[in-house]
Amino acid sequence: MSSPSTTVHEARPGRRASPFARLLLTGDEITYLITLVSALSIVVITAMLFYELFINSALSRHKFGWDFLFTTTWDPVAGQFGALPFIYGTLVTSALALLIAVPIGVGAAIFLAELAPPKISDFFTFLIELLAAVPSVIYGLLGIFILVPALRIVEPALRATLGFLPLFQGPFYGVSLLAAGVILAIMIVPFIISISREILLAVPADQREAALALGATKWEATWQAVVPFARTGITGSIFLALARALGETMAVTMVIGNQPKINTSLFAPGFSIAAVIANEFTEATGDLYLSSLIELGLVLFGLTIVINGVARLLIATTSSKVAPQ
Amino acid sequence: MIAISASFARRKAVNVVMLSLTGVCTLLAVSVLFFILGYLVVHGGSSLNWDFFTKLPTPVGESGGGMANAILGSGKLILLATLFGIPIGFCGGVYLAEFGGTTFPFIVRYVTDLLNGVPSIVMGIFAYTLIVLGPRPHFSTLAGGLALGVMMIPISLRTTEEFLRSVPQALREGAMALGASKSKAIITVVIPAAVQGIVTGIMLNIARVAGETAPLLFTSFGNRFWSPGWDRPTAALPVMIYTYAVAPYEDWHRQAWSAAFVLLMLVLTINVTARLILARRGHSRR
Repeated sequence: MSSPSTTVHEARPGRRASPFARLLLTGDEITYLITLVSALSIVVITAMLFYELFINSALSRHKFGWDFLFTTTWDPVAGQFGALPFIYGTLVTSALALLIAVPIGVGAAIFLAELAPPKISDFFTFLIELLAAVPSVIYGLLGIFILVPALRIVEPALRATLGFLPLFQGPFYGVSLLAAGVILAIMIVPFIISISREILLAVPADQREAALALGATKWEATWQAVVPFARTGITGSIFLALARALGETMAVTMVIGNQPKINTSLFAPGFSIAAVIANEFTEATGDLYLSSLIELGLVLFGLTIVINGVARLLIATTSSKVAPQ
Repeated sequence: MIAISASFARRKAVNVVMLSLTGVCTLLAVSVLFFILGYLVVHGGSSLNWDFFTKLPTPVGESGGGMANAILGSGKLILLATLFGIPIGFCGGVYLAEFGGTTFPFIVRYVTDLLNGVPSIVMGIFAYTLIVLGPRPHFSTLAGGLALGVMMIPISLRTTEEFLRSVPQALREGAMALGASKSKAIITVVIPAAVQGIVTGIMLNIARVAGETAPLLFTSFGNRFWSPGWDRPTAALPVMIYTYAVAPYEDWHRQAWSAAFVLLMLVLTINVTARLILARRGHSRR
């Protein structure tokens, strides 16, 4: 590819192409170099991203060390910064979102891949993909003005049935970990559906036919033969959705209540890593404050990188299992 | 015999119940889209007027006004992001599809996937540390455009690669058999053959960053007035929706709904157009 070419300086009369364009049209190594540099720059940009987060959080990393992740005081006035309330809020809302979204997402994926006629399946998938394209700030807007009031109506019922759990106790103001979890669930369902559907569609037909031939019902064939085959890939799609939920900013910050406290109750307001960065970054006075917020960004970056890495690995494993057949 | 038929009836019942439940899940998921659409059309569309597109925001307490500056600001940010993100992603995609060996392309693909998964708010911090914290610290259109541009690279690269790969090998061989150099074959034959797909990829990419709010909060920041040039804070439609939604004024909420309606229509129109083009081209996945 990068072998010396003799055509670089070849004249091309009769064309309006500038000398530069001519070089491009005939010079293999120039095209090669330009594209190579572009590909390389992506690696460089990602490395820079990590480097910038790392360098700019130095102040906070040196002052607090690992304690940053395990202390609960977030007091900009006293210069005390501990990230635990944000990590807690992020994990709790994401877990709640998965709890709601996984059954619905996987169920819908099964319907679209196994039951629905191709035309209907394609149309519904089209709608689901549109849903995934709705900007998160619009989810947040609907969260504030529709979901939160709706939860106020649902809340007494929740308290009556599940009130014995510490998760559903204490006063309810509307904006809460619960509201954030529900809005996240709504946002990640489309991702789970579209990826899981692809994976279910890739499961070889023998798998279904063998189960059906043994007298299984449609559901038994799906649940006992098809879904286990696709389990790794579906897990991958769930991890991808989890990474989305962890990093989701706008919708969460609009409904979570933005209070840096750890509450066991889902009815209580909380805070998430992304939300605190969105809320406090522009008003961060002082280098330590800013540095702490950037360290939170670093934590979020690390968390999503690891989870995305695992997800890609799981999905790739399933694809390679399916490919040879 | 009776026992067998009883268990068979139970299995039948489970079958019907579970299969219907999966249908219910699908309807539940899809109905969210219609709910969002319907609500925004009724709530946002009804209070939309010309002022929204032509006037500046009014001071707090004064009703009326529009978001003309935010619409222009969003346009400028998207233009910058496209100019920055698309060429890098496109050329990188050409590299992966047409050149490349084994190890390095694998690394590039993997890193691209990781970059794609980085939360948008972290992209905001990145642009902030690079540009806003520069020698003369200030928020600017440029910083916002950079943050959105970095977000566009991964998808641009992957769609370019995917569509170039779908071009039949025979086209490349034909071009080269006629005496074209490899790069000439790529530029005059392979890329034109894939151009429709690549362009729709760019459209989807633009639709995605058009709704991004988080990376703009502390890069382009916001502005209640026009923002001439590229070096000043600028308003953007998604940021306006956020600011107006969390503010305590009734009139601002009304405008937030209008802005959300406009943004959603823009994003959905681009998405539907691009996906219809792709489907007609036979790229639908089933």
